[in-house]
Amino acid sequence: MAPLKSDLPQGTLDLLILKVIALGPVHGYAIAQRLEQVSRGVVQVPEGSLYPALHRLENRRLLAADWKETETGREAKFYRLTRKGLKQLKTETADWQRLIDAIGLILGMADGGAQ
Amino acid sequence: MNWWKRLSRRNQMEAQLEKELSFHLEQHTAQLAARGIAPDEARRQARLALGGPEQVKEKCRDARGTRWLEDFLQDARYALRTFRRKPGFTLVALLILSLGIGATTVMFAVINSVLLRPLSYPEPDRLVTLHRFTEAFGESWGFSNFDFIDAKRESQTLAVAAWTYAGGTISEPGEPEYVNGRRISAELFSTLGISPLQGRAFRPDEDRPGAAPIAIISFALWQRDFGGARGTIGRTFVYEGKPYTIVGIAPAGFQLDGEADVFTPLQQEQSTDPRMQNRGAHFLRAVARLRPGFGLAEGRAELALIARHLAEEYPKSNAGVSMTAYPLQKEFIGDVGSTLWLLLCAVGLVLLIACVNIASLLLARAVSRERELAMRVALGAGRGRLARQCLTESALLGVGGGVLGVVLAFVSVHRFVAFWPGSLPRAEEVHLDWRVLLFAVCASLVSGLLFGLAPALRVPVRGVEQTLRAGARSIAGGSRRLHSAFVISEIALAVVLLVSAGMFGHTLLALSSLDPGFNVHNVMATRFALSPGALANPEQIRAAWQDVLDRARRVPGIESVALADIIPMREGENSLPYWTTATPPPPNQEPFALASCVTPDYLKVMGIPLRRGRFFTEHDRLDSEPVVVIDDNLAQHAFGTKDAVGKRIWIPALGPSPALVIGIVGHVRHWGLASDDQSRVREQMYYPFAQVPAPLLHFFSSIMSFAARTTIPPLNVVEPLRRELRGAAGDQALYEIHTMEQLVSASLARQRFLLLLFGIFASLALLLACIGIYGVLAYLTGLRVPEIGVRMTLGAKPLDVMRLVLGQSLMMIFIGVGVGILAALAAGRILNRLVEGMRPADASTFAITIPVLVIAALFASFVPARRASRIDPVTALRQQ
Repeated sequence: MAPLKSDLPQGTLDLLILKVIALGPVHGYAIAQRLEQVSRGVVQVPEGSLYPALHRLENRRLLAADWKETETGREAKFYRLTRKGLKQLKTETADWQRLIDAIGLILGMADGGAQ
Repeated sequence: MNWWKRLSRRNQMEAQLEKELSFHLEQHTAQLAARGIAPDEARRQARLALGGPEQVKEKCRDARGTRWLEDFLQDARYALRTFRRKPGFTLVALLILSLGIGATTVMFAVINSVLLRPLSYPEPDRLVTLHRFTEAFGESWGFSNFDFIDAKRESQTLAVAAWTYAGGTISEPGEPEYVNGRRISAELFSTLGISPLQGRAFRPDEDRPGAAPIAIISFALWQRDFGGARGTIGRTFVYEGKPYTIVGIAPAGFQLDGEADVFTPLQQEQSTDPRMQNRGAHFLRAVARLRPGFGLAEGRAELALIARHLAEEYPKSNAGVSMTAYPLQKEFIGDVGSTLWLLLCAVGLVLLIACVNIASLLLARAVSRERELAMRVALGAGRGRLARQCLTESALLGVGGGVLGVVLAFVSVHRFVAFWPGSLPRAEEVHLDWRVLLFAVCASLVSGLLFGLAPALRVPVRGVEQTLRAGARSIAGGSRRLHSAFVISEIALAVVLLVSAGMFGHTLLALSSLDPGFNVHNVMATRFALSPGALANPEQIRAAWQDVLDRARRVPGIESVALADIIPMREGENSLPYWTTATPPPPNQEPFALASCVTPDYLKVMGIPLRRGRFFTEHDRLDSEPVVVIDDNLAQHAFGTKDAVGKRIWIPALGPSPALVIGIVGHVRHWGLASDDQSRVREQMYYPFAQVPAPLLHFFSSIMSFAARTTIPPLNVVEPLRRELRGAAGDQALYEIHTMEQLVSASLARQRFLLLLFGIFASLALLLACIGIYGVLAYLTGLRVPEIGVRMTLGAKPLDVMRLVLGQSLMMIFIGVGVGILAALAAGRILNRLVEGMRPADASTFAITIPVLVIAALFASFVPARRASRIDPVTALRQQ
């Protein structure tokens, strides 16, 4: 049975990318893989929109990039978080958490009402 | 990395993008292969997961942020390549555009300098002009001297100054010459906020009767008569027979309703100018500056209050008179505003037609490029990107036309101003400034967008595959409709301009054929200044004038001569209140009539018809009964059908006792052929110069003009006349010499000027519309060649084919003409309101102009139609 995959909510791709990169410098393919793994195949990350998103974040100076050799000796573009990127990640994470809490509260209240 | 670096390192960034994406693909392929998938299949799956590499690259480039600039440069290069490939099209388009934008820019430059830019005084928005207002006659600028003095003293909100027209002969230094002058109150310079270039303005104690005569001279006079010498301040010159000491030199270009050379203190003339002592003589122009902390509304409220007090105190002259204030700028520019806006609209229409024309040419190209565009969409180009490319191309064309247009405007704006009929207010201030340049830039970009929009919207969205497969053969119905819409709007716009030009032509014809009320041929009129030496006492003045008339009569070629204080259709007027019963009507509700002071031969000189009674003779003198002659209108208005001869008229300005009406003459169109019907004062009366009271003679001598009927061309008598009338001291001068024909023709100058310009614009519009029709039809017919081939194979005759093509164009022409006629009717109403004497757009105007357009349009469509009829069916079919 194919895993049930849903589309990523609007605006969350940037947040996920920032979160992945926060763990340490990493190249594009690895980001794609990690997103795939972490989301356990539940969320569909279209690879085609990954690179435009990376370039956009780089352009907004939330990310910086260096060309480094990988363990296999190939040269790849490694992205890392800038100070600004870290700040952005924190605020966005907090926002997201607040949103989830709020939605959870509303959903929980509906349950309570039914009982 | 800033945007410039990103832009300059574009190639490096492209290489890096390529490398990054291929790394991704390789890694993914390798991983899939490691799971045991065959290498080819692994590569396929990796590619599918990533999506089209070019599309991803495009999106990454978009994310870079400098995309627009890169694209713009790329598009610009592409556009320039296209232009180079089609130099003919590019040249024609640039020519049309630069003409359109150049003409629009010239008009805007004039409007900007004359109407929009504030006056060149400090804090110009605080300067106002004062008007008086009566129920019966509305507003007028004239202030009496006493009203001015009272308003100046009473007002807390306004600093008031006044001036009036003057002029006279400067007899020393140099040759005697007549100059324009102004009498100004001491406060005038400080009120306007300017100071003399050298020397000083008048002091209040110098602006009173009996003070030593002093003057400020113009920069021009300083240069002309004193050679711009340093020590001019303090020197004296003889003006009107009196020595004046120069205390100041006005700044260059200083004007008070036109340029003047000599400025003298206003109140010094209290004893010599009877108007200065008369609260009923409204001859001063009052200007004022709002004092700090007060606004226009407060100034007006206070003026109304002052006027009410004056009306209570002096009911005879001031009852019912109110005072108000207006921004000075409005007064300064008069009524040229409507003409200027009218011309800007007309020029704008021409530019619009030019844009439509270029749009249809560009569209034709866009349609034939449809396959190319579809191919590029298939290869990954975004729709917006392609539209932007089309727009870049047309914007470049627009900017190119704009640059040429500004150059054109720069060289021609002063020529245009010089070409203006009469004097354009603030003409010397007209130049191109940043506002005009901004306007030109906007005009070019807007035109560029306007004609680029249609082709840009043609970029295919859906059915790319269909377009690719169909090829150039099929032409979408939408495009044909759009092309027709272009032609229709061009024709409609051309109709508006043609009909407007036709209306002007019709109006001018109608106005020129009006009877001016006098015989315009072989009459000359000139102002004349008696020698100041002859002005000592009334007897001497009368004798001097008689001498002038006698000498002039002796000049060969002169048939009869007369003096008059006002000349028909020339500047200057004298409207006086009158009544026909012994009890006067309430103050400021009397009827007014235009009063001319003339000598007995005036009727003969002007050729005005005598309807009843007699005109003046030598026997109407100061010691005989006061007499007047009235015109048809006054007779009709005051006495109805009854015979007016023998009735009496009270004219307080001419004396307390009533005057006897001795004759009725025809009405003269004094205010000009076009304006006379709309003028406020349409009744006229004449009184004899011989009955002017002695105290007023000195003043009248300064305003009398000299008119002569000649047997030879009138200007030929000027030189002998000048020699004959120089006078014993050689200081009597003729000035402002006109023939009556010139004055009549000048009274229609505005209408003629508008006719000329509208005629030029209309012909341009017609030409552009014809080019448009030709281009569109040639293009549409070209696309139908295979269809026509089929028709001919099936038996259509060349004549049928011509009918087919002409029918198509006739359809467009008729719709265009229909829409145009509606628009022209609307435009005609606007013209009617803005131009005096304008005739409404009547059937004959349409009957003349519309066929011209239809014939021209059909002629333009005839060429493509004939070409279509000569198509060889075999070749045509093979084209498929």
